[in-house]
Amino acid sequence: MKAIRYLEIEGRSFGYFALLGILGLIVAAGGLAALYMEHNGHFVTGMSNQVVWGMPHVFAVFLIVAASGALNVASISSVFSKKAYKPLAPLSAFLSLCLLLGGLTVLVLDLGQPDRLVVAMTIYNFKSIFAWNMILYNGFFAIVAVYIWFMLEKRMNKYSKYAGFAAFFWRLILTTGTGSIFGFLVARQAYDAAIMAPMFIIMSFAYGLAIFILVMMAAYSWSDRELGDATVRRLKNLLGVFIGAVLYFAVAFHLTNLYATEHHGVEAFILRDGGIYTKLFWYGTMLVGGFLPLFLLYFPATAKSRSMISAACVMVILGGLATIYVIIIGGQAYPLEMFPGKIVESSFFDGGIKAYTPTLAETMLGIGGFALSLIMVALIVKILRILPEDLSDATADPHHKAAG
Amino acid sequence: MKQDTDMNRRRFLGQAAGVAGLTIAPGVMLYEVQARPAEQAATDKVRWGMLIDTTKCESGCTDCVTACKTENGWGSTESKSSPEQQAQWIRKVKLTDKQTGHVQSLPLMCQHCETPPCVDVCPTGASMKRADGIVLVDKHICIGCRYCMMACPYKARSFIHEPLMNQKPHAPRGIGTVESCTMCVHRVDKDGTPACVESCNAKGHKAMYFGDLNNPQSEISQHLKQYGGQQIRADLGLNTGVRYQGL
Repeated sequence: MKAIRYLEIEGRSFGYFALLGILGLIVAAGGLAALYMEHNGHFVTGMSNQVVWGMPHVFAVFLIVAASGALNVASISSVFSKKAYKPLAPLSAFLSLCLLLGGLTVLVLDLGQPDRLVVAMTIYNFKSIFAWNMILYNGFFAIVAVYIWFMLEKRMNKYSKYAGFAAFFWRLILTTGTGSIFGFLVARQAYDAAIMAPMFIIMSFAYGLAIFILVMMAAYSWSDRELGDATVRRLKNLLGVFIGAVLYFAVAFHLTNLYATEHHGVEAFILRDGGIYTKLFWYGTMLVGGFLPLFLLYFPATAKSRSMISAACVMVILGGLATIYVIIIGGQAYPLEMFPGKIVESSFFDGGIKAYTPTLAETMLGIGGFALSLIMVALIVKILRILPEDLSDATADPHHKAAG
Repeated sequence: MKQDTDMNRRRFLGQAAGVAGLTIAPGVMLYEVQARPAEQAATDKVRWGMLIDTTKCESGCTDCVTACKTENGWGSTESKSSPEQQAQWIRKVKLTDKQTGHVQSLPLMCQHCETPPCVDVCPTGASMKRADGIVLVDKHICIGCRYCMMACPYKARSFIHEPLMNQKPHAPRGIGTVESCTMCVHRVDKDGTPACVESCNAKGHKAMYFGDLNNPQSEISQHLKQYGGQQIRADLGLNTGVRYQGL
């Protein structure tokens, strides 16, 4: 392994500015959408008193979960001392912060009273997992910022392992907190399960790594830097393991529910009768987010192709969005079980399946958050020296043997 | 000197008011002595609750809902929101037994739990329970995250999806915040009865009782002792302040 040299990207090409322009436009559209929702009130969205969390929450939760997973590469290098991952650790840490910021922006802009964020930051109800999450998110920013500083500042390098440890544990707790937002909801049939926390952690591993691989491959390809096959192979194999684990958790969760008669109703809804939610579960979570990318990542004819690996990563992201959509929206669409054994009717839509059709504004807000994360990454790799100039196998792979 | 004059004036006015009171209505209290003064905090010596006798609740009657709308000013104020988005503090629910076809009717609103999930999950403490058991939302610190609505097992809470005008001074409501049945706290604090209970009694149905669950002598406690009462989703162990008979 040669010494790694970090260098900012040139960032003067037409392509780079086009990328910034496109992402900037999406961010601006997201901002306008938030303003529109804030000005009019939530009646301009598809969210209601029946389905209270909608598309913004799907994107926000996805980005927050992915943020934690994007730190994988840094964690593996610091916590598990894998040298091959070390050159990419700063990118991993920055991507993680950017995704979290994007997700939180969406979450905050969807609040009924976003101007009261200061209240949420200063008054805490410590029994609320939401309040805990605010501390966890802020703490994550602080810890990862210190971690990045230790990694990039030569004099502090020796401490980066400890900061890496702290960040690793913190992000496990953080995603436990995100999963517990749903796990702690006793009232709803689709939630109230301890498995939500570990399931969200494993989902974070897959989604975050998929985004990381895409960002890494794009950064190297678009800046004409060399990215060795060994690095890509290692990461795509790891992604495969995570996808498998996500599938395992999905199966364990639904099988456990299927065993209990109490949950047959909600399971039949998600797995069989739920229309869009059923489709999203089978085609989204299982096929597009699970089996197809697994196939692409391991089938010999596609496993070595960078475009196929990219396609697999995009599928994991789309499947992930579908999974979160089914969890958040599907979980609310199914009625609360207040009177077992009775048909329930009321003017407040009790008893029935709740309808939800997202409007353009709330969808734009969500996509805008995603674009915000990406534009920040694009700017950071130009401003800061975090991207290794050369990641060819000869440089990056500790097991590389020179030809001949 | 000025202070003396003020004191004299106050004393005189007080005596005059007393004389006037006795003159106007001998034997009638002009004000309720038991009402809790505004500066005094609610106490856990009382626990306000309701009992709903579903056998007396008439199917098709929505007087309690109408009374609540009139009292608290909801129901006709949201013109832009869809029916799914409009607030409902109390609603009539029709239950049909899947096995027997037996039909019941009952009003459903905030159940004023002893350990309310909405209060547990609220990040800022806007969702809160008073010492006397009434669960409320502090509109000043509600950030509109709707986590309480996700957590409520009774779907008792509503989010306001549009700007509101002409609110009742005793029932402030606002865009971007969550609201629900207040058990007519403004009436209860003046020793009154919630509007829904009052209207049910006025109609002669007498399906709703209101009172202090902590006081074994209260009408509601006596009724509960004699006839029993169920909680909706008792399995959650929330010890609701609203109980039902004949469920």
